[in-house]
Amino acid sequence: MSVDKDTVRRIAKLARLALEEERVEPMMNELNQIFAWVEQLGEVNVDGVPPMTSVVEQRLKMRADTVTAGGDADAVTANAPMSEDHFFVVPKVVE
Amino acid sequence: MNARSAKLIEGTTGPWEIVIGLEVHAQVLSQSKLFSGAATEFGAEPNTQVSFVDAAMPGMLPVINEYCVEQAVRTGLGLRAKINKVSVFDRKNYFYPDLPAGYQISQYKNPIVGEGEVLIDLQGGETVRVGIERLHLEQDAGKSLHDQHPDHSLVDLNRAGVALMEIVTRPDMRSSEEAAAFLRKLRAIVRYLGTCDGNMDEGSMRADVNVSVRKPGAGLGTRCEIKNVNSMRFIAQAVEYEARRQVDLLESGGTIRQETRLFDARAGETRSMRSKEEAHDYRYFPDPDLLPLELEQAFIDRIAASLPELPDDKKARFIKDYGIPVYDAGVLVAERELADYYEAMARGADAKLAVNWLNNEILGRLNRDGLSIVDCPVSADANNAILAMMADGTISGKIAKDVLDIVWSDGGDPREVVERRGLRQVTDTGAIEAAINAVIAANPQKVEEAMAKPKLIGWFVGQVMKETGGKANPQVVNDMLKTRLGIADGG
Amino acid sequence: MSLPADPTRFTLADARDAVKAKRISSTELTKTFIKAIADARPLNAFITETPEHALKMAEASDALIAKGDARPLEGLPLAIKDLFCTKGVRTTAGSRILSNFIPPYESTVTQNLWDAGAVMLGKVNMDEFAMGSSNETSYFKPVINPWRAKNSNQALVPGGSSGGSAAATSAFLCLGATATDTGGSIRQPAAVTGTVGIKPTYGRCSRWGTVAFASSLDQAGPITRTVRDAAIMLRHMASVDPKDSTSVDVPVPDYEATLEGGVKGMRIGIPKEYRIDGAPPEIEALWQKGAEWLKAAGAELVDISLPHTKYALPVYYIVAPAEASSNLARYDGVRYGHRAAGVKDIVDLYEKSRAEGFGAEVRRRILIGTYVLSAGYYDAFYARAQKLRTLILRDFTEAFKKCDAILTPATPCAAFAMGEKTADPVTMYLNDVFTVTANLAGLPGISVPAGLTADGLPLGLQVIGKAFDEATVLKVGRSMEQAANFTATPSTWWRV
Repeated sequence: MSVDKDTVRRIAKLARLALEEERVEPMMNELNQIFAWVEQLGEVNVDGVPPMTSVVEQRLKMRADTVTAGGDADAVTANAPMSEDHFFVVPKVVE
Repeated sequence: MNARSAKLIEGTTGPWEIVIGLEVHAQVLSQSKLFSGAATEFGAEPNTQVSFVDAAMPGMLPVINEYCVEQAVRTGLGLRAKINKVSVFDRKNYFYPDLPAGYQISQYKNPIVGEGEVLIDLQGGETVRVGIERLHLEQDAGKSLHDQHPDHSLVDLNRAGVALMEIVTRPDMRSSEEAAAFLRKLRAIVRYLGTCDGNMDEGSMRADVNVSVRKPGAGLGTRCEIKNVNSMRFIAQAVEYEARRQVDLLESGGTIRQETRLFDARAGETRSMRSKEEAHDYRYFPDPDLLPLELEQAFIDRIAASLPELPDDKKARFIKDYGIPVYDAGVLVAERELADYYEAMARGADAKLAVNWLNNEILGRLNRDGLSIVDCPVSADANNAILAMMADGTISGKIAKDVLDIVWSDGGDPREVVERRGLRQVTDTGAIEAAINAVIAANPQKVEEAMAKPKLIGWFVGQVMKETGGKANPQVVNDMLKTRLGIADGG
Repeated sequence: MSLPADPTRFTLADARDAVKAKRISSTELTKTFIKAIADARPLNAFITETPEHALKMAEASDALIAKGDARPLEGLPLAIKDLFCTKGVRTTAGSRILSNFIPPYESTVTQNLWDAGAVMLGKVNMDEFAMGSSNETSYFKPVINPWRAKNSNQALVPGGSSGGSAAATSAFLCLGATATDTGGSIRQPAAVTGTVGIKPTYGRCSRWGTVAFASSLDQAGPITRTVRDAAIMLRHMASVDPKDSTSVDVPVPDYEATLEGGVKGMRIGIPKEYRIDGAPPEIEALWQKGAEWLKAAGAELVDISLPHTKYALPVYYIVAPAEASSNLARYDGVRYGHRAAGVKDIVDLYEKSRAEGFGAEVRRRILIGTYVLSAGYYDAFYARAQKLRTLILRDFTEAFKKCDAILTPATPCAAFAMGEKTADPVTMYLNDVFTVTANLAGLPGISVPAGLTADGLPLGLQVIGKAFDEATVLKVGRSMEQAANFTATPSTWWRV
């Protein structure tokens, strides 16, 4: 399996990573090297093998419906690069 | 021609069938969020109901709220649906400012609830079965405000992480009426169950509407999704506009592009959503911070045993036990509070009279005052007392309405009001005879006219009622007058 | 017990006893480490030194000791990998994107250590977001291995991603350090720095407050100078945490109490698939020696097969990046961390902040992860890799019917030179070939210093055990430590 430059640009877009045009080809080559290497997984017969759904042999723990967090807008916004009246501020989003 | 073919719309090339499916997002009633311990109340100050987990800070992890799981199972049972004992939480990955983690924890291929059904009753008595495809649990997103500032949007994460139930129907609806009826019924069911307050104004219930059209008998057409329609009225308008848009487009030789659209309530039209044009690749995969959710049969049984009587069963019981007509029963059970009010009111009373009293007197006044049944100033018990007094002749129908008005505005116990104000109906024939004598004596001319024209007895009844201050039993007055004036029955 | 002249040379166990017996105060011990750290800046092991904070904690510890209320780790100075969120103290994950992040919360693992009385010397360097095997991807520049090859001044890597933890421990800058392991990031750096590193069973230590890389693989564990120290530290790092849904409900045993149990009668599995073509003969020879030590100590050697071993690394390089691509989506410049300047809209904000904030290896892995999860590729890559993971676990389950623990080399080579393996990603990835299987299967593994190469560089041997059988893993490790008698330490060349 290998990727072309368009695919690299598309994945970068999906991942919201700016990728300058001159970096597209080197990245493509690096990715293809890795994909070529993982291709060997195709040689294993996995028919009837269930995917590993959880590493731990345990029931999903559930918690009680009580309010135990929140109430501190200061702490939540303390690290915000930009905030206003406890709102997070971002460039205008057009729906 | 069956009833459903009456729902076809006419195009220039012939009739078209509208096919509608709904995806409803219903906020779960719970104290805290689906995967965090922050509160869920509506209307709090920005970012005050946000845990570090909701803010997707580094190293934070989800832990599921057992009550939200219960609520989903409860709703599934209310939808007569299959409860899946094993379900999986998946991450739905995309970037948006109100989605702090860059993914939403949802359920993709293995939802907690499977197939079910909802029966909807339409005007004219037709019942339509709408299939439910699935119900799954997922996180709600936060809120962005775009109109506070020219260059910025503001993000509030209070709503981020609140538990949502996404309920997906099969494309079984064929008209805007059916779509609105479904939504109303679903709302009633979740309110009965206490799993969602169904409040479309506050956004605790929202619907995405999928609309496509086809020639009758043909396969499914391409559908468009109208997102986030937040009132019943808009649902109907949106469906009608969109169906018409699609028919016009197809008949003029165009093709329907599968896309997401918005409903513009002011213009009454649907519009393509520019930002959603790019195909989303959500890269679903099972959330590795969680394990598959496994439910014990005992857990499900416990919830099943605690279900309240649901609308369909209540309606059937009202029809059977109270003899209420189908339509009236349907109206009563649409709101659990109304059905409960009615039952308390009708205890020991004539069921049909109670329905009429409710419809004619209570609902009218509530409407006039802009109140809902839960805010009714007169309790069900008070109405029950009024009905009882009418039944045993203590008061007449007219006096009963007066008593209602008094209790409505001033409060108080109806029986006390009747006593205090001396409103007891007069049935004592002696007193009535005295009143009749007085009226006859004062109106000899009218007596002669009445004997000639029996219909004029009504005037005499009115006068006798006035003479007794409205308290005489009108039936007794009528009978005695007839005898007195020598008017045969039938006058 | 005799006190070493230089308190930094204490083992954690000995320091614990000495401090409790008031033969040295925590304050004095802490001051000594603070100075050692300042003198060791050329190693670049620390991202954030916290001397004032450390002294405050030491003072408080000394007060408790005076009252006789010493807790198990009272007054013992430790270094904390910068992946653990420490409240009020900058936590960077080795990345520019978090270079200014001050967590308002404390990770469960570090809280456990503070509750036991330990003292924090500072946050140590690491590969960015734990992605790397050489600590060369850190935004805060690489860590230099305290060890040098004989007659050489060449800077060597300390391994990764817990390079700072390993370097600080092996250079005597702390009594021990917390670390994390996703594909070998505790065991591999321990092996190339002559220290002990244990990755416990998945679910043993809480992941709450530990910056996530690959959720189904990440585990916290200690890097220390002795196996006993690792047993002590692990006991206090581990806990059952209701805030982590993957934290397993198994109480934490007293690993120290069972440490000297010995290996008599134990069956030690030797997996043939860990014999790699082209591996340096020294590695093979050491593995052989290790097996002989255990046999001499009364264990029985058993040949076993783990047939899917060769697929483990490619499986890891699908699963880990996939999970990471999703875990790292939250770093978007909106609520914390680096935000790019001069952006024109929200998409620009995301794309630039992330491209500026993440280094090359992280960006590469995010792209790999995004691709293998994308429509059309999920089944061929991610789903298939998760099935192979099941097969890898089955290999171990079968093998553990025949043995109680498995002995393997820890790394395919000793510490290598800076820049030697950065030319292409796959070459670097191959460093994890022996360690990654334990992460995929969720099993505990320890690396114990076993010998030196001809160049005088440390090599380690790895013991893998059954789920939640850290006690056996530590016991076998202890037995090997006794047999190996590894006393070499790096010369303190960095002190000019």
